[in-house]
Amino acid sequence: MLRSQGITAAYGDAQALFGIDFSMNAGEIVALIGANGAGKSTFLKTLTGLLPVRSGELEFEGQSLRNLDAGDIVKLGIAMVPEGRRLFPSLTVEENLLMGSLSGRKGSWDLSRVFTLFPILQEKRSMPSTSLSGGQQQMVAIGRALMSNPRLLLCDEISLGLAPVVIREIYAALPAIMEEGMSLLIVEQDVQLAMQASSRVVCLQEGLVSLEGKSSELSRDQISKAYFGI
Amino acid sequence: MQAYDVIRSNHFSKALPWLTIVLLIPAISLPMWGQSSWMREVVEIACYFLFAMMWNLLAGYGGMVSIGQQAFFGFGGYTMLILGNEMGVNPFLAIPLAAIVTTLIAWPVSLLAFRLQGGYFAIGSWVIAEVFRLSFANLHWVGGGSGTSLTALRDIEKATRESTTYWIALACIVIAIAGIYLFLRSKRGLALLAIRDNENAAASQGIDVQRLKLAVYLIAAGGTGLAGALYFVSNLRISPDAAFSVNWTAFAIFMVVIGGLGRIEGPIIGALLFWFLNKFFSDYGTWYLIGLGLIAILVTLFFRDGLWGAIHRRYGLSLFPTHRFLKPRN
Amino acid sequence: MTEIILQGLLLGGLYALFALGQSLMFGVMRLTNTAQGDFIILGGFFAISTVAATGLSPGLGLLVLIPLAFLAGYALQRFVLNYTLGRDPLPSLVVTFGLSIIIQNFLLEVYSADPKSLEAGSIALASFSVSDITVGILPLLTFGIALLATMLLQALFSYTSLGRSFRAVSDDREAAQLMGLKPAIVYAQATGIAFMLIALAGGLQAMRTTIVPADGPLLLLFAFEAVIIGGMGSFWGTLVGALLLGLTQQIVFRLDPGWGIWFGHLMFLVVLVIRPQGLFPKTRG
Repeated sequence: MLRSQGITAAYGDAQALFGIDFSMNAGEIVALIGANGAGKSTFLKTLTGLLPVRSGELEFEGQSLRNLDAGDIVKLGIAMVPEGRRLFPSLTVEENLLMGSLSGRKGSWDLSRVFTLFPILQEKRSMPSTSLSGGQQQMVAIGRALMSNPRLLLCDEISLGLAPVVIREIYAALPAIMEEGMSLLIVEQDVQLAMQASSRVVCLQEGLVSLEGKSSELSRDQISKAYFGI
Repeated sequence: MQAYDVIRSNHFSKALPWLTIVLLIPAISLPMWGQSSWMREVVEIACYFLFAMMWNLLAGYGGMVSIGQQAFFGFGGYTMLILGNEMGVNPFLAIPLAAIVTTLIAWPVSLLAFRLQGGYFAIGSWVIAEVFRLSFANLHWVGGGSGTSLTALRDIEKATRESTTYWIALACIVIAIAGIYLFLRSKRGLALLAIRDNENAAASQGIDVQRLKLAVYLIAAGGTGLAGALYFVSNLRISPDAAFSVNWTAFAIFMVVIGGLGRIEGPIIGALLFWFLNKFFSDYGTWYLIGLGLIAILVTLFFRDGLWGAIHRRYGLSLFPTHRFLKPRN
Repeated sequence: MTEIILQGLLLGGLYALFALGQSLMFGVMRLTNTAQGDFIILGGFFAISTVAATGLSPGLGLLVLIPLAFLAGYALQRFVLNYTLGRDPLPSLVVTFGLSIIIQNFLLEVYSADPKSLEAGSIALASFSVSDITVGILPLLTFGIALLATMLLQALFSYTSLGRSFRAVSDDREAAQLMGLKPAIVYAQATGIAFMLIALAGGLQAMRTTIVPADGPLLLLFAFEAVIIGGMGSFWGTLVGALLLGLTQQIVFRLDPGWGIWFGHLMFLVVLVIRPQGLFPKTRG
């Protein structure tokens, strides 16, 4: 479903990705781990069209993502829950969710289904998004991404800044949103969390894939080595 | 462990002292062999150039884009006039004095101007300039709306007056270039560049952002006042519309943008280019101005760093280098 | 005295029309259009020419001009101004300032410096009296239009999908892209709407008084002062700011004509000192 081969990307003169080979099948939950600056968020940016790809191939369901802009990529069915949530402060909870459906993709996700998944949001639907707690904001961010009925959902560090009990709550909701054919790519700094939530783990180190394997089969030692590049 | 040297100069810039001498000798001696119209032209272009250098300092290094610097230009001019006509001060002496007074008045003005940021700072500074203009236009003892003449120089012989004005203009150019160059090479200059790039980051490094910005604002005001005083000593007649016209800023912006913002070479090139265009095309009136506007727009859109910026980027040339490079010691 | 206050408020209505477009453009994309006033005057001259060429009434002439103004603003933003946006305010300032000079000189070439106006016919002279106060119909109409424009703009922002796009791209351009919005187009739509208001303002100004090509910059300053006094991010604030400006100018004008505008500037500076965020600022999250 998703295939990246030799992807390189840079911020101006600073190269961040040096050749990412990576693929995902429909229905998979894959965790992308790595230290700060390893290139996780950068890779997600190339997937969503926010950062242009310098070289390599990037395909989603047979279609090349190389020269598409962010708007087109959302229409194809890739949605992201961005790092830091990035809700719109001038919009209410409901308006933020509605923004997610702008791409016009048809599917089962709409306001009522999001409210069923996260009931607290229905209560707070008319409040400014900034008045919510961190965990609630994360729910809005996830709901907003779901509103575009994606086939591939990218979650960038959704546990960041949240209390452990809230993190558990959010991760508990993830299996519930996995529909037939939907895939999940989770970027996580918390390795244990990532391993628990996913079936497969990919580790990035300094812009390259350093390790890949089934979450149940990889040892802690292997992962440490791949994480830190030892 | 690799050791590094910090180097600043390049081949081009090492020629600077020689270049200066070669240019200064004929320049200083001009009154002996040149026509008086040439001297007047040099004085006029010196004023435009000074204005542009100060605007460049404010915008390119202070990060403050202003459309109201003409406030200080006119204020410098009127202060010189008042000192000369009403208080019996020698107008040539009044020029630096007017610059000082302008610097002083810039301080309370900054209290107002600094309330605004970015584009609104720009327009706000224009409002302030308009307040200056309207204020002086309502002062009848300096001629009100139609202005007045500088009478204090009446007794001095024309040739002496013109050559003195010319030498003062020359001195102003040299001092301005040298002063700004040395300032930018200093620690404070480096601090300014840091502020321009990222104010918050600079502040977190211990740089007193507000004080440095105020210093730049005051220097720019003083320099602009100097230009104004000089201009009207040469012109002998002042009026609010001429002194506080926004065209001064418009031309300064043109010169700096075309030449290249934030570089010292930029305003120099821009001023020369402007003088050239002015000399040959200003007779076309409105079409000339439309042309200037179009050039400014096109350069901004396609040559973000101006002409000198493009040259610098392509060839790495720098006549007044302010950047520091690390060269490995081998 | 009441008559002066009324006239000041009605004048403020026109100033609001000068200012709303600027408030919109700055709110959505942080762009300061220093050619705002010149575009208004351009609109006024175009209105005059349109009416002269087609024989339409001024009202109909403006109605024809307004959609064209949308297209002009849309194109300008899409193909020129979008490339000046960014952290640095200088490019947009230089480009709009360059446009200001081009427009003024273009108008000088085409129309010369002779004052011209848009013949509004009977409306321009009509007035009605209540007790001993006389109110002009045109200023009242202008005020009504300004009120309507403010209401519509506020409603657009708060209740429509387009308004949500405006707020979203203004909040976080990249996150808005993730939603499928194309900021380049959203910005162009905002400028298009701003230009409709500009054309309207230009036409009404030309009906109220004579215009010359050099009038632009002063109108820019009025628009800007109204926005700052009212508080950024609020259309109703802009309206109130404009009313206060018009009021101040008119009161002082009656006392001494030479100082009216000066006092308006002064009032703006006073507000800047004692309440720099304006009277009704919208706090951003």
